[in-house]
Amino acid sequence: MEQINAIELKNVTKRFGEVIANDSVNFSVRKGEILSVLGENGSGKTTLMNMLSGIYFPDEGQIFINGNEVMIRSPKDSFALGIGMIHQHFKLIDILTAAENIILGLQGSKTLKMNQVHEEINKLTAEYGFDLNPSQKIYNMSVSQKQTVEIVKVLYRGADILILDEPTAVLTPQETKKLFDVLRNMKKAGKSIIIITHKLNEVLELSDRVTVLRKGKYIGTVNTAEATADSLTEMMVGEKVKLDIDRTEPSNTEKRIEMRGITCRNREGLKVLKEASFQAYSGEILGIAGIAGSGQKELLEAIAGLQTIESGEILYYAPDGSTNKISDMKATDIRELKIHLSFVPEDRLGMGLVGSMDLTDNMMLRSYKEGKHFFVDRKKPKNLANSIVEKLDVITPGVDTPVRHLSGGNVQKVLVGREIASNPTVLMVAYPVRGLDINSSYTIYNLLNEQKEKGVAVICVGEDLDVLLDLCDRILVLNSGRVAGVLDARKTTKEEIGLMMTSDRKGAHKHEQRSGK
Amino acid sequence: MSLLLTFLQNAISQGVSILFGASGEIVTEKSGNLNLGIPGIMYMGGISGLMAAFFYEKSTGHPNAFIGLLISLLVTMLASAFGGLIYSVLTITLRANQNVVGLALTTFGVGFGNFFGGSISKLAGGVGQISVKTTASAYRAKIPGLSGIPVIGDLLFSYGFLTYFSVILAVLLAFFLKKTRKGLNLRAIGEDPGAADAAGINVSRYKYTATISGAAIAGLGGLYFVMEYLGGTWNNNGFGDRGWLAIALVILALWKPVNAIWGSFLFGGLYILYIYLPGLTRATQELCKMLPYVVTIIVLILSSKRNKHENQPPASLGEAYFREER
Repeated sequence: MEQINAIELKNVTKRFGEVIANDSVNFSVRKGEILSVLGENGSGKTTLMNMLSGIYFPDEGQIFINGNEVMIRSPKDSFALGIGMIHQHFKLIDILTAAENIILGLQGSKTLKMNQVHEEINKLTAEYGFDLNPSQKIYNMSVSQKQTVEIVKVLYRGADILILDEPTAVLTPQETKKLFDVLRNMKKAGKSIIIITHKLNEVLELSDRVTVLRKGKYIGTVNTAEATADSLTEMMVGEKVKLDIDRTEPSNTEKRIEMRGITCRNREGLKVLKEASFQAYSGEILGIAGIAGSGQKELLEAIAGLQTIESGEILYYAPDGSTNKISDMKATDIRELKIHLSFVPEDRLGMGLVGSMDLTDNMMLRSYKEGKHFFVDRKKPKNLANSIVEKLDVITPGVDTPVRHLSGGNVQKVLVGREIASNPTVLMVAYPVRGLDINSSYTIYNLLNEQKEKGVAVICVGEDLDVLLDLCDRILVLNSGRVAGVLDARKTTKEEIGLMMTSDRKGAHKHEQRSGK
Repeated sequence: MSLLLTFLQNAISQGVSILFGASGEIVTEKSGNLNLGIPGIMYMGGISGLMAAFFYEKSTGHPNAFIGLLISLLVTMLASAFGGLIYSVLTITLRANQNVVGLALTTFGVGFGNFFGGSISKLAGGVGQISVKTTASAYRAKIPGLSGIPVIGDLLFSYGFLTYFSVILAVLLAFFLKKTRKGLNLRAIGEDPGAADAAGINVSRYKYTATISGAAIAGLGGLYFVMEYLGGTWNNNGFGDRGWLAIALVILALWKPVNAIWGSFLFGGLYILYIYLPGLTRATQELCKMLPYVVTIIVLILSSKRNKHENQPPASLGEAYFREER
């Protein structure tokens, strides 16, 4: 039985300078199916999809749509072929309304007839079960509302093939469920859907078939019904990976940090932390969950002394029994107490490491004040760098290599490794595995676990709830700057956390908007 | 009373150049191009129109005012559009730094104006002043009948056609930006060219069109100055810093052409206020001339305090766009 594929790629190759992003990839999507494209960061998933949506042009290879060979030179060509892409970073104009974004770039009457457009959009949203106000401005929307706009945008253009790039990365469990329902409705209506992701459980739940990419190469396609999480990971990574985090029971728990009613404002004068209170104990990992920009960053920075505190106090109970009020202290003094913040911001090098300096120099950033000589001592930092490289399997030509030449995972290992090396009593990490492959992620999780076993109070801000549930002992849920609650990670569920993250509070969306900028 | 009337009349005629410049710059900036070459382009527009009229009047014994007007109008728009084209090629196609290109273009444009202004003065007989009276008379023609009404006629109907055109053009531009599909696309490009590109809009074509037509509009400000304001003569550096005022006005108007209308008259008034304030010394006069800029700074502070999304500059202003950038 010969079936015409909605999309078929043959030997497609794309290079960026010397880097080969896609190396002769073959792949096909059938009509009316949901296909997952699975692969680690940097495996070329997004590049591949960008070639279908006309953002990039392939260097070699052929693309067939509905059996006909086509050339996709621009997003316009892509629309004409009925392909609609929903990018991971939304391509929406903030100051325009949903409807204006939806009709952007379309042909039609010269003057705008917005009432008519609104009607058409409302009809479409009713058909598939979306919830959308066409006249709402994008900057007033939550992440999931923005995603809805993106999906309606491609449907409005009559797309038959939808490509979604990491659609659930920013959604709460409830929003994810709603999205999947909509996607299943679309599949019933005969649309082909490609979903790019690295979350295995979603792949297994939603898709009909899975295509796996690794390091730009096409590995294979399997029916989801015949796949398991383990078999897919093996295809993705190329070797067997143990997917369990070795969580031990917390021992020797003592109170280390106590936050009492902390309120902070951001630069625009908006409250980003509202009366936040909690305790962190030694020998346990405290996870912090919340929608992006709910005050996670400010919470950690308040402890590290990097945030101006409006009211409230933070106490530190040292292992020797003394108590310090660290909310009155300077950042450097707090560091002396061995309270360390290892913040991994979006661009990784932004805070903590200097990209153009080598490993040794980056170690010295923390230690240059030690010693009494006029000249700096390079020996100790060099030894430290060497031991981190060895212990954490950092892949680098040597300790003299500038940090920015290392891959993301290795940079993160260097950063976390340096903070751990000084034996902190409190270790705070934010998004420690963002952008890392599976192997490196588990190296970092194990590092955190090791610290916990040593009796360090670990505070970890994370975005993947599944991981937080496996890694942490307790999970603190932030909801627009308020502590919504602290849960036992062994007993709670993803849904419970999701509800606490989003349960309605006035101004929640607005707040998230500002800090998301 | 009559003093106030003259002041208002002069404020309006000062404002027209600035309004043309600001309208052109708004269209340009809405495409994400910060064209700091506008002051230079206004010089280029002004001198080109004057030269065209001069050679036309010289070539024929009995110059027709209307033909002189058409020729100078056309040449001005072509010359200033050419300035916009230079800017576009450098910043859009070659992705050069917008500020550097803009400032270079302004330096070039001012020199271009002064050089040719001096040259044609020489051609005219070397006495220093040239004059294209016939063509200028067409620019200066008032509305017959209506301008005869006392006070109201003086205040509203005593100007040449370019004054009314500048206001009508600003209103039309506002309509274009707000109510048309192409206007929506243009605004989108200024905010986020990547998103606009993904929506299937030809970003480069829009940027070129907006920048070149913006320059052509701004050039009319220069033409207005030499023809109606000066009456068809050239005065080296006479245009002064009106071009920079036009760029400041874009900020004052919060990138809305309709605001630029009243803003230009306000700027025009502030620009000449020192003449009408009694008892100013030379030093205090200079302080007084700073007023338009002071107002702009105050507006900048206020609008950034209010922090309203719609009142912010186009988000991609000043940045080159390259689709395959990673």
